[in-house]
Amino acid sequence: MTFNAAALLLLIAGLALIGWLAGRARSNLLAGRAGTKLHSRPQYHGWYVALWLFAPAALFLAVWSSVSPALITNQVLATEAAQSLPSFGFERGAILSDARAVAQGKQADVRLPAAAPLVKPYADASHKYAWIGIAAMLALALAGGLYAFTRIKPDFRARTRVEKIVMLVLLLASLVAILTTFGIVLSLLFESIRFFRLVSPAELLFGTQWAPTSGAPQPDTFGGIPLFWGTVLIGAIIAMIVAIPIGMMTAVYLTQYAAPVVRKWVKPILEILAGVPTVVYGYFAALTVAPALREFAVMLGIPNASTESALAAGIVMGVMIIPFVSSMADDSINAVPQAMRDGSLALGATPNETIRQVLIPAALPGVMGGILLAVSRAIGETMIVVMAAGLSANMTANPFASVTTVTAQIVKLLTGDQEFDSAKTLAAFALGLVLFIVTLLLNIVALRIVKRYREAYE
Amino acid sequence: MTQDDLTIADPKMKAHGVNVFYGEKQAINDVSIDVGTDLVTAFIGPSGCGKSTFLRSLNRMNDTVASAKVTGQIELDGEDIYAPSMDVVQLRARVGMVFQKPNPFPKSIYDNVGYGPRIHGLAPGKADLDVIVERALVRAGLWDEVKDRLQESGTALSGGQQQRLCIARAIAVDPEVILMDEPCSALDPIATAKIEELIHELRGKYAIVIVTHNMQQAARVSQRTAFFHLGTLVEYGKTTDIFTNPKQERTKDYITGRYG
Repeated sequence: MTFNAAALLLLIAGLALIGWLAGRARSNLLAGRAGTKLHSRPQYHGWYVALWLFAPAALFLAVWSSVSPALITNQVLATEAAQSLPSFGFERGAILSDARAVAQGKQADVRLPAAAPLVKPYADASHKYAWIGIAAMLALALAGGLYAFTRIKPDFRARTRVEKIVMLVLLLASLVAILTTFGIVLSLLFESIRFFRLVSPAELLFGTQWAPTSGAPQPDTFGGIPLFWGTVLIGAIIAMIVAIPIGMMTAVYLTQYAAPVVRKWVKPILEILAGVPTVVYGYFAALTVAPALREFAVMLGIPNASTESALAAGIVMGVMIIPFVSSMADDSINAVPQAMRDGSLALGATPNETIRQVLIPAALPGVMGGILLAVSRAIGETMIVVMAAGLSANMTANPFASVTTVTAQIVKLLTGDQEFDSAKTLAAFALGLVLFIVTLLLNIVALRIVKRYREAYE
Repeated sequence: MTQDDLTIADPKMKAHGVNVFYGEKQAINDVSIDVGTDLVTAFIGPSGCGKSTFLRSLNRMNDTVASAKVTGQIELDGEDIYAPSMDVVQLRARVGMVFQKPNPFPKSIYDNVGYGPRIHGLAPGKADLDVIVERALVRAGLWDEVKDRLQESGTALSGGQQQRLCIARAIAVDPEVILMDEPCSALDPIATAKIEELIHELRGKYAIVIVTHNMQQAARVSQRTAFFHLGTLVEYGKTTDIFTNPKQERTKDYITGRYG
């Protein structure tokens, strides 16, 4: 007998079904009596019983699954056989988990001889706690079900209760994403703090030398400026030089000139473009665009032309961002009231003048918000820069030279052999934190702009 | 309608046998009307009667609706405005329009008024534009209220001021005809009174056509009134005649409030 959470979940789900049927039947029975009128329809009574039966038991199941292993281990450790265990954590853990695997039937025999005497205590303890758990769970389920069942009366407001519970479930679901984000930020923060104990924040933010060569004779330097510059050069300058004009022109064409048929085809195609995995763009940048640009640069006689160039990564990233910019601009231009356009046309302005002098200025706040969101996406983009921009931290304005970005360095720092307490590895978290803060700020500003703009026209 | 008292000696615009279709649906059916040069002409009728549609065909604003089709003849100073040789941009500079809801551009008051003169190249220099903007705002009765804050956004004005700004904007390109599509329907009574006063003052300088669902307003501001019903022109005549002595039963029913 082991504690199988999935099977038990099915069991209480089955019980809940019975509870539902019972609750509905009982309320039907009550309703059948002459002169009584139910406040809620029978299935709400059924749901009320089922939820009371299911929810506490399931909650208990979740808690029990996470605490019972510790309880089992504690009991095993209290036995005589466990007294001879080595105190060193790693070895001890290995022996215990070996014994556990055999006790739970996942493994035919022990691999470590020291684990053999622990198998029986483990099996006993598992048994005991499994029974306790199942008994408690069933008791809870039945108690909940009975409680709910006895409350069924003609005037009982089961519908209100059920709807309240449903709302609670929805609230919990929406909290999951928020809490997860919060957890991610916290973990990022903790690792970053460990890094900042070794390297001062000022060095990371303002230092100009990036050389995290652990094990090298000279001390590591963690000056982030070359990375920030590379990120800005690729994501905020080159990519935007490509994406903003093309995206805007696309949006103007689609909103103002395109025949409905053209719009019907082009818009979905653009949206598909937005769904292409970034690694595919990365291939394109590294294998097609970068070599072509290098040849072009060599032809022009530009020094330091590299096959891994900021330009290649930036251009491809810009192409990737085009659908994003165009769809934001499209929305903003569409949100400008038709009255504005009519007003301009009625004054004898041409469509072109109307777009340039009325529609785009009116849509500008929304477009700006969209562009900021696009920048925040571009600087967080990883695959393209890893594949096409290179890893050498150069401070150069030459777009044909190789530069590196924050995201590319994070990948470099965290791949391969790594110790999780060296400054080199921890630097990745600190860089991640910087990136997170910057994109967060960009998003907040962008969403504010977009929101204020929307309000202006509604 | 060949009554003698309706003959307008010098019509600014002449419409003859005009039909307007939206796709399959016919919105205007065989309408013929003359718009006098020095007169205010009011189009009245119940909602959906086609009065706005007809108004919008006078400066070809229906062109912006893809499914709209206009047949028949509309002339401005004897020139067919739907002829291929007619430049719609120039037509709209000559036939200005004020809309139901004030629609100032999200620009400064100055730039709102200066927009038309700029795109038509009416002001060679800044000083010329200043003169044009001031004159238009004075004519629209807005100058005293905004002369100290010309650089503020036009959208920050009150509804009535915005509508007068839109009138100033239309005046600034020096049109010959001004079309007004229910210009007061989004305004309060005081702002409405100001606009009506303004229409009185503008009379004689421009041929004015005003669509209104407010019959008292038509009676107050216009000299000619056309009553539309279900896409047809039921009766057209001197405003005083229409309101005191309508010839058609339907007109009488409408102005006495029997329907509409």
